[in-house]
Amino acid sequence: MDIEALGQCLSSASCLVTQGMTGMIAGLLLFLVASGLTLIFGVLGFVNFVHGSFYMIGAYFAYSAFQATDSYVAAVVAGTLGVGLLAVVFERFFATRVYDKDHMLQILLCYAFILIFDDLVEVIWGNDFISMGVPQQFVRDPYIILGGVIPPLYVYLIGISLLFALALSLLMWKTKLGKTIRAAAQNRDMVSALGINTTLLFTLVFALGAILAGASGALAAPVRSLTPGMGFDILIESFIVTVIGGMGSIVGGLVASLLIGMVRSFGGIGFPLFTEGLIFMMTATVLLLRPNGLFARRAD
Amino acid sequence: MNDFSTTGGSRRDFLRKASAVTGAAALGGFPAIVSAQAKPIRIGLVGIMSGRVAQALLSAQSAISMDIDAFNKAGGLNGRMIELVPHDSKGKPDDAARYTREMINSEGCEIILDFEGSSGSFAVHEVIRGSKALCVHCGSEAAQLTADPKLQIPNAFRTARQSIHDSIVGGKFAANIVKAKGLTRWATIASDYAYGREATPEFLYYVRAGGAKVDIVAESWPKLFQPDYTENIVKLQQAKPEAVFCGLWGGDLVAFMNQANLFNLFNGVTLFSIHMGDYTTMTSIKNMPKGGLYSSNRYVRNFPDTPANKAWSDEFQKKFKALPTNWSWEGSTGMRALIAAMRQTKSADPLKLAEAMRGMQIQSPVGVQANGTITMRAKDQTVVDYALGWGEVIPADPYMVNITAANWREVIALETEWKKRNGYI
Repeated sequence: MDIEALGQCLSSASCLVTQGMTGMIAGLLLFLVASGLTLIFGVLGFVNFVHGSFYMIGAYFAYSAFQATDSYVAAVVAGTLGVGLLAVVFERFFATRVYDKDHMLQILLCYAFILIFDDLVEVIWGNDFISMGVPQQFVRDPYIILGGVIPPLYVYLIGISLLFALALSLLMWKTKLGKTIRAAAQNRDMVSALGINTTLLFTLVFALGAILAGASGALAAPVRSLTPGMGFDILIESFIVTVIGGMGSIVGGLVASLLIGMVRSFGGIGFPLFTEGLIFMMTATVLLLRPNGLFARRAD
Repeated sequence: MNDFSTTGGSRRDFLRKASAVTGAAALGGFPAIVSAQAKPIRIGLVGIMSGRVAQALLSAQSAISMDIDAFNKAGGLNGRMIELVPHDSKGKPDDAARYTREMINSEGCEIILDFEGSSGSFAVHEVIRGSKALCVHCGSEAAQLTADPKLQIPNAFRTARQSIHDSIVGGKFAANIVKAKGLTRWATIASDYAYGREATPEFLYYVRAGGAKVDIVAESWPKLFQPDYTENIVKLQQAKPEAVFCGLWGGDLVAFMNQANLFNLFNGVTLFSIHMGDYTTMTSIKNMPKGGLYSSNRYVRNFPDTPANKAWSDEFQKKFKALPTNWSWEGSTGMRALIAAMRQTKSADPLKLAEAMRGMQIQSPVGVQANGTITMRAKDQTVVDYALGWGEVIPADPYMVNITAANWREVIALETEWKKRNGYI
């Protein structure tokens, strides 16, 4: 424990800027994954344990696209859309069969596919770690703001993540599709009775949720070592986000993700060996005080 | 009257029947004899075959297979071929222990090759303690595993290098550089597990022993296999170090370097990274630190600069389309020791093999003795006299230059002093 170091950081502009940005980037990438998870559960009532695998596959698709084109944009597009297509296949042929079944069955199905996807990744890309590397356009000196160090890539990632968040909000609140999705989250039978093709709607929502996970994986790929099974850690954190933020709440997911990011960032200074413990303590506290989460609603 | 002729036939018939019965018995027994001779020598392999450090066991398995193929092609041990039985523990010590137990108890493996990191190797070691199987630790570099008398067991050997050796040589090497450059502010980063916690203070001890002033301005202990090192990087950067010791390895090291370069952590900072000197890592780092990057020679084909080393590296590369790694030579050394012991004792009995391996001179591409051998030290059953040095890492072939080779006499003397300091002798 190093409270003095934490205190010094909190009273230093450069430290606040750097650590704040660090927390933000960690939180926003986590938010992309968690918002997809919360969307799928909020609307479909499906506990999507495969979500971490979508993150992993998004990263691998991005790697391959980057190897082929040397373009980070192409890599992100490939990771995002590739996972979207995969999610459509998964939803149409497998997930749809267990929507109305017990959650344990959904989890079993998802666990089977976690193992399948991990093995497929091993077969296609190999067991060993691979590194995409930082795209050349981001290999430059970091920005210095109030003495804090901010890499250009991280500014880009924050911007893109916020754009995704904004696009998701606009979709959900300003479009007819979004209104329909929110209505289906409240009462899918009524939506179906109104003549809306809920089958297509569910596929769309599932794909959208997966796209967010794939996008996060693709965006993070330049600064990660890609390995089979890498999606598991972020899956656990995504569930923590939904517990803290509230299942089905996108705003809750954003707040919770940023909270976790900041706890990691500043906790790493004050409590370097207990950062995970802090996050779980936060989760336990929310569960005790607000069992449905900070912003509990089905979908917003 | 001849009763024999009325009830069973003549003597000739008796002899014919007796011969037939004897022949049948012999034929019935013959497959058993044949199968005993052909029974494979099953060697269990446990380690991490997936994830960020999969290169360890995968590259070792490739090197081991070269030695096994040569042994089997030459007829094996009286017709008995070696058969590998691999298991992926995924880095979980309890799984490593479980697989080891299963290999010994249920899968007929009397010999185990252990490629676990330090966390798993102690678990495997305890399983071996309670068995008659022979174990060769080919992965763990935690010196305590063989240095601590409480852990020494007669049927466990190590062909992996030791962190204490790297620290002794690296510390002295680093001391010379930092003294010349006038660097005193040090930061450290290593994974929070047995190896990381052991290697870091050892290295700095020998930097100080080399006459350099060491002020530790920041320490960071990320989790093993942690995906994001941003908070660790920022912590180090805030402290403004002049030199950094890094004990990360494999995919962890690559991820850390890629992320650290975004922050320009190494701008004006000299980096000493024990595990950089493997081709899989050196070729994955796209941007080398400008302040200088130094590493131990995990495995490079130009050190030792011998025809044997180059030939082995070429054969490996031709067969597997990849260059060998540190774990390749460690695994190959373990396998060669076993094969030599089998040939010497004409047996695969673990006790006999263990007896033969103590004090053995093992032919190895990285052996630095005049005859190209590594020594399996009898006292603690761990290897010395392997290619050990520190040099500068560069971004292109040969990737490592200006390698300062270790003086093994000096290394062993300092190792002995370290053992005394830690109460091992």
